[in-house]
Amino acid sequence: MDLMLKRYADTVVLTPMGRIDHSTSEGFKAALAPYMARCARGLDRVLLDFVSVEYISSVGLRVLMLASKQAKSQGGSIGVAALQPAVREIFDISRFTMVLDVFPSVREGLARLSPPALAAFDAA
Amino acid sequence: MPPDGRVRVRFWGTRGSIPVAMTSAEVRRKLIAALMHAAGRTLDTPEKATAFLEREVDFAISHTFGGNSSCVQIVTGSTDYVLCDLGSGARVFGNDLLAARGSSDHTFHVFMSHVHWDHIMGFPFFLPIYTPTNHIRIYGCHAELEEAFRGQHAAPFFPVDFSRLPATIEFVRLEPDRDYEIAGLRVRPKLQRHGGDSYGYRFEANDQVVVYSTDAEHKQDDLAEIKAFAEFFRDADLVIFDSQYSLAEATSIKEDWGHSSNVVGLELCQMAGAKRLCLYHHEPVSDDERIAALLAETRRLEEITRAERRVEILAAYDGMEIAL
Repeated sequence: MDLMLKRYADTVVLTPMGRIDHSTSEGFKAALAPYMARCARGLDRVLLDFVSVEYISSVGLRVLMLASKQAKSQGGSIGVAALQPAVREIFDISRFTMVLDVFPSVREGLARLSPPALAAFDAA
Repeated sequence: MPPDGRVRVRFWGTRGSIPVAMTSAEVRRKLIAALMHAAGRTLDTPEKATAFLEREVDFAISHTFGGNSSCVQIVTGSTDYVLCDLGSGARVFGNDLLAARGSSDHTFHVFMSHVHWDHIMGFPFFLPIYTPTNHIRIYGCHAELEEAFRGQHAAPFFPVDFSRLPATIEFVRLEPDRDYEIAGLRVRPKLQRHGGDSYGYRFEANDQVVVYSTDAEHKQDDLAEIKAFAEFFRDADLVIFDSQYSLAEATSIKEDWGHSSNVVGLELCQMAGAKRLCLYHHEPVSDDERIAALLAETRRLEEITRAERRVEILAAYDGMEIAL
């Protein structure tokens, strides 16, 4: 799975697309891996822009959980933003909104993760 | 087979880990809510009151999901009785049978998922074991099946030693992934991920299929395991599924605790083409409102993720009966 990338100061915004399920989750995990390696204290923060994600299954959510655990263990920060209504319901029902930082929009996510990244976003 | 030819499933215990009972405060909350719903109504006969409760009051107010631990009966019309697990719900089943059919000359076939305490604790209080003309065959895949039952009856845990039980009690070791013909059912056990292992059972009779799969954790990224369970659930009329945790819990703080979620249960049933998913082995911390909300959320999830075939979603409660 290709991830569209934009950088705002110390934060990378990654945009997956389509369905994240058993047929695509390994690709999503592999595409995310190099960014998660740098998601650490003093390095990058990661924000996933889910505006183009139509569906996420339990295996996709597990990829997010593993990414979140990795970020925490490295002193980094990760968030998910701009969920489509159906995907937001899946997050609510699975209780992933209680274990991941979920933001209504990319801008609000950047505001929480990194003020310099927000400034760069607003200036762009 | 029952007169209409449909296998029935009766739930005698549906709670996970430990039996629970409603507190006085919870009963009072239900009564207050029901009385407020009834304000201005004339409910002066049992029939009117019953109809009002059934039609106009939410299940979580008018009923309870109950608190007995795992015990499910499969009713095939055979004179023998078929059960899954002997949690505290088995005590209620035994009492009910005694009242309806008398105490003696019964044969039971019991399929054990595993021998953790909440799944065997009803056995010492299962009255048929105290009548000499009853015959109880306990099936399972664990090497320590008999040892666990005998140990629970030994001093200092219980006053009646297993060796003094008058009924004929046999233990029958099964092998996973093999088909058996027992009590008019084709039965296939399957190994499940749980501390000390557990086993699910697929029961088939007259083209009707019920799967009993409790105390099982599923790793979503183990595709081979997911496909194997989808095959185990294939075209089932009913899948009784351990949904004790939320998906977030099962993949984080409660990972490797051996239980699954409503989300994974639904995905497996969708992959398998199963007709009904029954949420089971309810979290003991959950009150009736919480389990009712879990049911509503799972139904909503099924709606927004439905591909071709609808999966009917149910939440098991003590006393529920389903015709396949």
